[in-house]
Amino acid sequence: MSKLIDVSDLNIFYGDFLAVEDVNMTIEPRAVTALIGPSGCGKSTFLRSLNRMHEVIPGARVEGKVVMDGQDLYDKDVDPVSVRQHIGMVFQRPNPFPTMSIYENVAAGVRLNAKRMKKSDLDDLVESSLRGANLWNEVKDRLDKPGMGLSGGQQQRLCIARAIAIRPSVLLMDEPCSALDPISTLAVEDLIGELKNEYTIVIVTHNMQQAARVSDQTGFFNLAGVGKPGKLVEIDSTSTIFSNPSQKATEDYISGRFG
Amino acid sequence: MSTPTRAPERGPGGGGIATGTKRRGDGLFRGTATGAGVLILLVLAAVAVFLVYEALPALSPDAEVDGGSLTAYVGPLLFGTVLAAVIALVVATPVSVGIGLFISHFAPRRAAQGLGYLVDLLAAVPSIVYGIWGIVVLSQWMVPVYAWLTDNLGFIPLFAGPASASGRTILTAGLVLAVMILPIITALARDIFLQTPRLHEEAALALGATRWEMIKYSVIPYGRSGVVSAAMLGLGRALGETMAVALVLSVSNVVTFNLISSTNPSTIAANIALNFPEATGIDTNVLIASGLALFVITFLVNFAARWIVARSGAKA
Amino acid sequence: MTTTTGKNPQPSREALQAIDQPLSKAALPRWAPWGVLVLSVVVALAVLLPGGTSAGAVAVLAALLHLVLTAAVSGAKEGSRKAKDRVVTALVTIAFLIAMVPLVSVVWTVVSRGAARFDAQFFTWSMQGVIGEGGGGLHAIWGTVVVTLLAALISVPIGLLTAVYLVEYGARSALARAITFLVDVMTGIPSIVAGLFVVALFALVVGPQMRIGLMGAIALSVLMIPTVVRSTEEMLKLVPNDLREAAYALGVPKWRTIVKVVLRTSVSGIATGVTLAVARVAGETAPLLLTLGLTVGTNFNPFEGRMATLPVFAYYQYTQPGVPAQAGVDRAWTAALVLIILVMALNLFARLISRLFAPKGSR
Repeated sequence: MSKLIDVSDLNIFYGDFLAVEDVNMTIEPRAVTALIGPSGCGKSTFLRSLNRMHEVIPGARVEGKVVMDGQDLYDKDVDPVSVRQHIGMVFQRPNPFPTMSIYENVAAGVRLNAKRMKKSDLDDLVESSLRGANLWNEVKDRLDKPGMGLSGGQQQRLCIARAIAIRPSVLLMDEPCSALDPISTLAVEDLIGELKNEYTIVIVTHNMQQAARVSDQTGFFNLAGVGKPGKLVEIDSTSTIFSNPSQKATEDYISGRFG
Repeated sequence: MSTPTRAPERGPGGGGIATGTKRRGDGLFRGTATGAGVLILLVLAAVAVFLVYEALPALSPDAEVDGGSLTAYVGPLLFGTVLAAVIALVVATPVSVGIGLFISHFAPRRAAQGLGYLVDLLAAVPSIVYGIWGIVVLSQWMVPVYAWLTDNLGFIPLFAGPASASGRTILTAGLVLAVMILPIITALARDIFLQTPRLHEEAALALGATRWEMIKYSVIPYGRSGVVSAAMLGLGRALGETMAVALVLSVSNVVTFNLISSTNPSTIAANIALNFPEATGIDTNVLIASGLALFVITFLVNFAARWIVARSGAKA
Repeated sequence: MTTTTGKNPQPSREALQAIDQPLSKAALPRWAPWGVLVLSVVVALAVLLPGGTSAGAVAVLAALLHLVLTAAVSGAKEGSRKAKDRVVTALVTIAFLIAMVPLVSVVWTVVSRGAARFDAQFFTWSMQGVIGEGGGGLHAIWGTVVVTLLAALISVPIGLLTAVYLVEYGARSALARAITFLVDVMTGIPSIVAGLFVVALFALVVGPQMRIGLMGAIALSVLMIPTVVRSTEEMLKLVPNDLREAAYALGVPKWRTIVKVVLRTSVSGIATGVTLAVARVAGETAPLLLTLGLTVGTNFNPFEGRMATLPVFAYYQYTQPGVPAQAGVDRAWTAALVLIILVMALNLFARLISRLFAPKGSR
């Protein structure tokens, strides 16, 4: 189910402002790709362009190609809504739907799209997704309680369960642990390690130890200067990036000399 | 898919990304929402257009109107409208600001919300009720006050008298209007005062200011333009209020600044309410023309209020 | 410096000494304001009672005395800064009490006078064939219900969809700004003008002297739509963007996101706003006076014939009570009482909605 994504010559604009310039990378299937870099370097913008979420902001557009499965996601007749059904996303802050119970939150992708599904099938889907997000044992007795009642870390895993319940091929994670305490972070990181057996995962993180812990390959984004577009400096296997990067800027960043 | 669980396989993962499908739901919904917005524009345009069209016969120079010309007819009404509204504003604004401060900064925290709700209740009383209350209760209260005013302050033209024996004067009408716009101005003023940045307030308190000094130096400067626009909105409301004035006032369609005698100017809105149900022919057109004048005035007042808000950037 | 208990300033630092404030100053005891108040009332009574007086005069004099005494006592003991603070506190409290006078008076008057005819007959009879005493307001109650519901039926979809357009689609486009501005302007349309508009509209389209329930409903809608738009807009803006993104990321189309997530999340706030808007127009008199006229019988059909409504019924019963006059006036008061109860109940209901159906958990 997991898929490879090929990005070529991607430029991302907000109106006339070029936010991210000329990205080329291959995102490997069944692996975790981490994107690191200083604040404002465009790594989150780039991540959101992978499932066309950045289009939610008025005036945002891209040039270039993002090819998954031989299909350019930015082809004229591709429906961005359908893209998002294949490429799921988890956000910085946990955002369960406040009006829905835990069960309904997980079933949201199915229910909100008015897909018909037998009750027993839906029950199975919810259980498997919650198990997939390592949350089942903690919530199985209170599925009808509001999702907002969980702790921050549980809420974030609920959001992951919700994302994998639509059976995407790719999971994008935008700093998923930045709002969590260390113990919850550990739980989510463990989960990422398990999820990569099934999904292509791209994770944006500020935390370099996290990138080193969870990812297989790492891309480093940097900003040429204030007001200049962000760029992908290099991408390589995580061990290479952290031990022997080819670019000076990467080494400076990783050794903590800036950023 | 190598899931160990019993998850049902589902469509799109295997089916590839949908292409070429236009989402009809999105277009339809967007269109309907936009249409509703445009409809509102049309309604407002229609209000103006139909009023102008129906007022036209009265606007022609040779139209027969009570009292000679249209201006001679509408003039005193316009005067009365503005006079009553200004009385209401002069009375209501300081009281409203006081209540706003009381609720936002003086009342005990736990009681504040409930007390605010009590003031809001004033806005829930229908205007017809205020009208009847104005005749039966407030007018009677005001009779001795008016007598006292002529006796002691009669040298001021406003209180020249002779004092109305029924109490149904333009001042009483203005006071009823003041009660009616009080909750509107209070609610807006209260919200503005509550929005004063806490940092400003704490900065003042940290310098050793008393509560009043803190309000004087941080809350009032912050809320000033908001209060002005709240007062303008109250004025707009007072200008257009009909039933209370129609009931309270005993009218004789004159221009006078004497606030407490038994001869009082009427207001446009009250005049329409009193005469429209029995009006026919050109009289209808004249009344609609006066309504158009009222519409324009309230439009301008509201416009000015919004402009003040927009210019200061404060939220109201 | 007076009764200081703080440390003495260093003699060498005169500048510091100039601005040094003692930590504790002479202060009036906690009961002081109440004491002053009681004293003021007693003095006011003593001054005014001998000449025969009214409660109003005593209250005014007592309030003035309270302000003066507070300023004098606090000024002498605590200094002018504290005295100003106390006077302002007294002033704003008085402002609040002033506002309570008409509220208490209105409620008391309407309840005490409306009670006379607040009986079973009022709620079961119309004015069909009634001359003089007896009769009731059933036709007017039904008229108010029918017209107000019809107005809500027209306003809510238009207002709701417009708010959705403004928040979700319009962003900062010229059209959206024009609509926002004109909705603000519409909020200020005098209700009588809304009535005139509908009369003018029907006079042109259908013919003059037309008076039907629909006209009243349209006039009320003109007043109600801007309120619904504004309150719904505020509620939609409160929905965190995170939730919209969460839905989009699940591959949910925008319109479904709006209907099932955004509107669902804000539904209690919207319902509150709509109820308050209904409460506001239910008490409107002027536009209904022009558009509906009055009738003595019950009429459920808003598309044909005149219709009685509570405010217009109260107005005519009070101004043209018939013979004996007291019967008509009593009916007017009871109609006013029923109207107030209806409006207050709607207000209360609105608050209940916002409390009971707010999304669970923290936002």
